[in-house]
Amino acid sequence: MSRLKDLQKNLFGGTTSNARQFGMIFTLVAIVVLFQILTDGLTLRSDNLIALFQQNSYILILAIGMLMVIVAGHIDLSVGSVAAFAGILVAKSMTEWDLPWPAAIVFGLAIGAAIGAWQGFWVAYIGVPAFIVTLAGMLLFRGGNQFIGNAQSIPVPEGFREIGSGFLPEFGPNTGYNNATLLLGLAAALAVVWREIQARKTRRAMDADPAPMWISVLRMAIMVGVIAFAALRFASGRVGTSFPISGIILLVLVIAYSFYTRNTAGGRHIYAVGGNSRAAELSGVKLKRVNFFVMMNMSVLAALAGMIFVARSAASGPQDGNGWELDAIAAVFIGGAAVAGGIGTISGSIVGGLVMAVLNNGLQLMGVGTDRVQIIKGLVLLLAVAIDVYNKSQGRFSIIGSLMRPFRREDSAPPASPPDAEREPAKAAVSG
Amino acid sequence: MSDVPILLEMRSITKEFPGVKALSDVNLVVRAGEIHAICGENGAGKSTLMKVLSGVYPHGTYDGKIIYQGSESKFSDIRASENAGIVIIHQELALIPGMSIAENIFLGNEPRKRGAIDWKAANRMALDLMARVGLEEDPDTLIKDIGVGKQQLVEIAKAFAKDVKLLILDEPTAALNEADSKHLLDLLRGFRSRGITSIMISHKLNEIEAIADQITILRDGRTVETLDVKADGVDEDRIVRGMVGRELSSRFPDHTPKIGDVFFEVRNWNVRHPISAERQVCKNESFVVRRGEIVGFAGLMGAGRTELAMSVFGRSYGVYESGTIIKDGKEIVLKSVADAIDNGLAYVSEDRKAIGLNLLDDIKTSTVAAKLSKISHHGVLNEVEEYQAAEAYRKELRTKAPTVDESVSKLSGGNQQKVVLAKWMFTDPDLLILDEPTRGIDVGAKYEIYGIIQRLADQGKGVVVISSELPELIGLCDRIYTVFEGAITGEIARADATPENLMKQMTSTKKMATR
Repeated sequence: MSRLKDLQKNLFGGTTSNARQFGMIFTLVAIVVLFQILTDGLTLRSDNLIALFQQNSYILILAIGMLMVIVAGHIDLSVGSVAAFAGILVAKSMTEWDLPWPAAIVFGLAIGAAIGAWQGFWVAYIGVPAFIVTLAGMLLFRGGNQFIGNAQSIPVPEGFREIGSGFLPEFGPNTGYNNATLLLGLAAALAVVWREIQARKTRRAMDADPAPMWISVLRMAIMVGVIAFAALRFASGRVGTSFPISGIILLVLVIAYSFYTRNTAGGRHIYAVGGNSRAAELSGVKLKRVNFFVMMNMSVLAALAGMIFVARSAASGPQDGNGWELDAIAAVFIGGAAVAGGIGTISGSIVGGLVMAVLNNGLQLMGVGTDRVQIIKGLVLLLAVAIDVYNKSQGRFSIIGSLMRPFRREDSAPPASPPDAEREPAKAAVSG
Repeated sequence: MSDVPILLEMRSITKEFPGVKALSDVNLVVRAGEIHAICGENGAGKSTLMKVLSGVYPHGTYDGKIIYQGSESKFSDIRASENAGIVIIHQELALIPGMSIAENIFLGNEPRKRGAIDWKAANRMALDLMARVGLEEDPDTLIKDIGVGKQQLVEIAKAFAKDVKLLILDEPTAALNEADSKHLLDLLRGFRSRGITSIMISHKLNEIEAIADQITILRDGRTVETLDVKADGVDEDRIVRGMVGRELSSRFPDHTPKIGDVFFEVRNWNVRHPISAERQVCKNESFVVRRGEIVGFAGLMGAGRTELAMSVFGRSYGVYESGTIIKDGKEIVLKSVADAIDNGLAYVSEDRKAIGLNLLDDIKTSTVAAKLSKISHHGVLNEVEEYQAAEAYRKELRTKAPTVDESVSKLSGGNQQKVVLAKWMFTDPDLLILDEPTRGIDVGAKYEIYGIIQRLADQGKGVVVISSELPELIGLCDRIYTVFEGAITGEIARADATPENLMKQMTSTKKMATR
């Protein structure tokens, strides 16, 4: 069975963190397949996929910021209220002060930045725990939303609604599909191939043998296949619908923030602070600046998420964003972030968010009431974090990756290859 | 003295930790009503022995016998030893700052009346206990509002509340000023006259000489000897000889230093404690480092060497008060760690797990962590350069790991230390400050680390080594400063460095003539 492990390792890179992502992606696929069967094919229908993305894009955007906050060792409970606060101000700026909608978006982001600076100041420079600062923020900005809006809904103009409910436009010859979505899919497929080639180059530059060619090809084939399937689904929905604009915004943010957290010094510093803040400080990391930045960034993304939600529901209301913080936090933890900070990835959080989204959507399609949906979601979250905590006591750090463990153990009953380094408890090396 | 009954006898105590024998065959005989001092270098096993006695390491986790008041005692935890009248007062006081003196004295031992705490009785009894230790305060005063000296007295009063027969004090005067120390020593003498037995662990040999009746000396986890102060005519030099009396074998690579000019200088450095501002942790300290020179800092635990190093390294410890740093003839002001790194300083901390490394990282991430700018272009990290840098250091320092993708938490102490050294070598420093560079590392890895340190010096860098192991300083350093209670008390050239010589300077309050 070591062949399977080799394949798994090679398909998803060699490192343990990639093996964890494999576990999460596997879980997501399993849930999708499960609901596809249970709902007689409703789950993967075009209109359902489109709705799934539109309904969850703002939570996933929050999850990006929340991942960085949690990696740095903090938490943000205020995101739902901040989203609602920014939403009502933006709605008001357009309907009452006649701000054109592009300017209103900039205005909304500026509100997010200002709120973030406020919260970041208390966390980074005064040293109030983020839990308290954002608990206060949760009350403050929820109240602010209702104060400004008089606890009423304020509608938003047509142009603005595009960012929440718009789709890629129709153009070009009639292919029976949405051409823009097809082009997007093509671009994504090319990007996957380009990345694979780059990765092989990097491996070679590191004097490491790249994975065998056939594995690279297989990996690309699977990814391109998934992209092609998704593109065709999104492109073949009801006329007038296609890949949602909010999905595009999400995609751009995921790519940008993944790059930032993985490939820049600033991103490294966030992980360093969360992993061991004293060691980071003694390595020249400016602790306060990092803490300020993650808190501020979170509020900017919360404002953006709030605007997208307002645009989708065509009006800003007093109950917007209720409970979002919990959805975002759940996504991050299910996606493999460590409760103590220092560990987690953007892509993991997105997958974690999608697991929750598909679960939610699938249960609703099956006609399960919101009461029971909440119970199930609560149990899933508890289980995921319980496994994380358990693994930490065992010296490992994976969440859903270890949901896989029962499968793997069956698979590799006789340990043909030397035991996976990941499984060795870290305690063994503590001596000295 | 042999006619006085024996209160406590610890017989051939052996205590092993995985891979380390902390105590082997240690014997200790304490007679009733005496003050018995235990001396030894850091790591000689003093604290371990006291933890065995007080039940922190319960019966069964060590070999040997404890005979207390004539019968064998098998303490299962601290509570059991306290019930028998053995009370240990640790160096770090176990008081709750936000509670009053009376509340602290009776914590866990509260006088009760029908289930509720009888505060009237508690206050009355507290006043009585406080009188016995010479503490004149209102029992309702909060602990945080009284000084360290008085807090120490509260600890002792707390011990009396438990009906103490054998009082153990671990470095009782380490945090006290001279007046408070004197009061405490007088108090111990008073206890002796009332028949209470004390065991005192201390690095301050002058105090031991002044107060102890018997001295047991430990070295490398073994009993060296027990001295009777009056009968044997013991003085400080005699204690020092017992503590360090080991020979230096060639545990160091051969090295001919290539020493250049002074390039780094700290002048009149004054720093205060970060929390209690009245404590000065660096008292007008000045030192110089030459290119290619390995400079040692010797001192006992708590002498303020780490505090000095960290405060110089971008003010990462304490509250800076005054003092200047001169590098290559120019004054530099280092207000942050980033400033220090940019100015070519590196500090390898004494506790690599707590503050030296992020244990979640792998080798390559750790190697480049202190100078990401070296592997990035326009702010974007270059993975290949990161890998190559880490791999080069792994080969150069012969770090034992399959690849640089290995998590640092899985490495042994010696290899972790090599990763930390690589991390700071990667910043291209001119001055490396190494704080306890070989702590917790086995002999083979030590030899390699000494070699690395010598190579760094030969490249023209200045190296400062802080170490509690005198043989290490003597074997490695070209010049050694001694530090005592936050002040530099001596500067000893390699030729004059002997353990006795150093130990004397490290334990004397006599300050070196400044300038």
